[in-house]
Amino acid sequence: MSENKWAAGLTAHGKKFTACLAAAACAGTMLLTGCHGSRGSQAFVIPESFDASKSIEITFWAKNDTNKTQTRIYEKAIADFEKLYPNVTVNMRLYTDYGKIYNDVITNISTNTTPNVCITYPDNIATYMTGSNVVVPLDELIADPKYGMGGSELLYDGPTKDEVIPEFLEECRLGEQIYALPYMRSTEACYVNKTYVEKLGYELPEVLTWDFVWEVSEAATAKDADGNYAVNGQKTMIPFIYKSTDNMMIQMLKQQDAPYSQEDGTIEIFNDTTRGILKEIAGHAQSGAFSTFKISSYPANFLNAGQCIFAVDSTAGATWMGMNAPLSDIAPDKAVEFETAVYPVPQYDTGNPKMISQGPSVCIFNKADPQVVLASWLFTQYLLTNDVQIAYAETEGYVPVTQKARDTAEYQEYLAAEGTDNDVHYDVKIKATRMFIENTANTFVTPVFNGSASLRDAAGQMIEDVTKSVKRKAVVDDAYIDNLYSSVTALYRLDKTGAATGGEASDLGPLPGEAKALIGTLVVVWVLIGLYAGNDYLKAKKKKAA
Amino acid sequence: MKKIFATLLAATCAISMIGCGGGSSSGTTSTAAEDPSAKSEGVMTYAEYDAAALDTGVTIEAYVQGKQSWWDNKATLYTQDGDGAYFIYEMAMSEDEYKKLTDGTKIKVQGFKSEWSGEIEIVDATYEIEEGNYIAEAKDVTDKLGTDELVKFQNQKVAFKGMTVEQADDSGAAFLYNWDGSGQEGDDLYFNVSLDGKTYSFTVESYLTGADTEVYKAVKELKVGDKVDLEGFLYWYEGPNPHITSVKAA
Repeated sequence: MSENKWAAGLTAHGKKFTACLAAAACAGTMLLTGCHGSRGSQAFVIPESFDASKSIEITFWAKNDTNKTQTRIYEKAIADFEKLYPNVTVNMRLYTDYGKIYNDVITNISTNTTPNVCITYPDNIATYMTGSNVVVPLDELIADPKYGMGGSELLYDGPTKDEVIPEFLEECRLGEQIYALPYMRSTEACYVNKTYVEKLGYELPEVLTWDFVWEVSEAATAKDADGNYAVNGQKTMIPFIYKSTDNMMIQMLKQQDAPYSQEDGTIEIFNDTTRGILKEIAGHAQSGAFSTFKISSYPANFLNAGQCIFAVDSTAGATWMGMNAPLSDIAPDKAVEFETAVYPVPQYDTGNPKMISQGPSVCIFNKADPQVVLASWLFTQYLLTNDVQIAYAETEGYVPVTQKARDTAEYQEYLAAEGTDNDVHYDVKIKATRMFIENTANTFVTPVFNGSASLRDAAGQMIEDVTKSVKRKAVVDDAYIDNLYSSVTALYRLDKTGAATGGEASDLGPLPGEAKALIGTLVVVWVLIGLYAGNDYLKAKKKKAA
Repeated sequence: MKKIFATLLAATCAISMIGCGGGSSSGTTSTAAEDPSAKSEGVMTYAEYDAAALDTGVTIEAYVQGKQSWWDNKATLYTQDGDGAYFIYEMAMSEDEYKKLTDGTKIKVQGFKSEWSGEIEIVDATYEIEEGNYIAEAKDVTDKLGTDELVKFQNQKVAFKGMTVEQADDSGAAFLYNWDGSGQEGDDLYFNVSLDGKTYSFTVESYLTGADTEVYKAVKELKVGDKVDLEGFLYWYEGPNPHITSVKAA
């Protein structure tokens, strides 16, 4: 009955109530936005022409590997670009951590202060896209005959779309559209102390397998009568150290064709294959054969001190690996002599190797002024020119993302000069680069969706947790793993993932209780305001009638 | 009706503030002349902590001497009692609680003793704020530089006196942004100082003391050849890596 009364009232004073409710909704929206929301923007439309007379300032958030040569290359690229486009100023902010960039972007989306151009991972873009038109889709820009890749109006010799390694470009596709250009690519390598493997009585196989790595690692835990490790005569030996345990889990699952996730955001990682992997890792962590970067430190530090035999790290960390590494964090008197072999990550199926493709991509954030976005796009493309690609790739075990750069005589000469010095042509670095180039067809990436970055974190966290737990004498059994599955699901909100939405605001899940209470209260207040005003109106009307 | 309206508006404002604000919890007060080495029941002495094996559970009481960072609901702290220091790494803590911690605040911490590149720290920890306050004096360890004894002061507030600033790289710069000069304003500062012909690398850790702090600005003003007195926390990374908090002319 009361419902009908309210309904009748709404009909009788429709406009006023509608206005009140709209105001309430608006107020609620504003309050929520103020707390943690984000604003939408108009979709970017390519201007007819680039306005070279207009002064434009763009911000570029870049990532380097704490490597001054990389910093210099960015600086030179900016200076060279600004010479070509003197009306554009590029301000660079340097990061050494993708996680920090991601966090800062998320923070700045809510205040509409994102950078113009940003180094990123596609996983992170999926989260950036929870706001409307936050990230610029690039398909039309790429294809634009004037300013697109290889376009007629470009003031530099950039690559065409076809000259970008197709696997790498596809990694930047979220849903139906491309949201980034690849900048550099790397994979993981297993840097092996070949000297110690042979000292333990083993011969390195053509393809490194998990069984081989575990077996040698266990053998390396043997100690002599004085309590020193027999293989190195030291008190410290962690035979197998993995830098990025998220990659470790992802690759172990992929190599076994086990489920991980779907494009639509379906989480599949909590399966029996994962359970088996975690139990196996726990066993080797318990014996002291395995540890991780987060728990122990950089694999390179242990490898170079003769305290590790299998060090898995990015090919982009190759300059830190080996006795002649140009970069090292350990004291010279701690370094030992050994021969370094470079392998792809260990495999389950030697006939069907699989390894992760990783490395920075570049995305563009939408702004109100299309000329600013176009300038951002011109700079983004410039990062794919040969000079930038080759110079940056040579700083580490990266590979250029364009065939155009790879085919140059300059780059081929660089590869051919492997081992001629321990600096630019450091053999371990170029071996790692070659390994990746030869295995490009064996690389893969995981599905990208809103939440895929969290899933990746969870994948690594499970390995970290079991490794820490067994070191602390906990038992890793089915009950432990059941509990672990639940805790990482909650911690990383894996029950709230969803497909990347291509520029439309996606469902962020149910509102928190406080937000619901706030909105409810606001609606009630505005309804009462409406009633109050309505009551006054009726009274006045009655008075007038009397 | 007006009263109801006013009440509801007030309630709305209050709820809005709760929605955007944080929680609250108890604070701490200073006590005069307390013994910073005294421990509550069930809490380890520093000697017991020092003797504890890695990867074992530890419970300590200590006083905050420096707050390095808060990130993703995790706090990293330099703490100390009357006998030694404890580096608390990424302890679960809300930002509001972190803001309440001041130098001297006493906390009880339960976690696991761990080692990362030579740095002994407490990880996966929980905490309680306790009554008490103590700020340690910087211990002069100048004569321990370059000796095996220095590690005994790991994580403590220490002082190095009469050091000479050396060039940080071949360019002759007195400091670098990041260890190799790859950084920019706001990043860690690295500088070299020498004593008796031996050179040591010191750091201004940007999370602990960022670009707006006195020490960050002071290091940027250093000139090769300057004589300086330094204070900081004796952090460890593959050897001593002091996080400097004060630079003064010697």
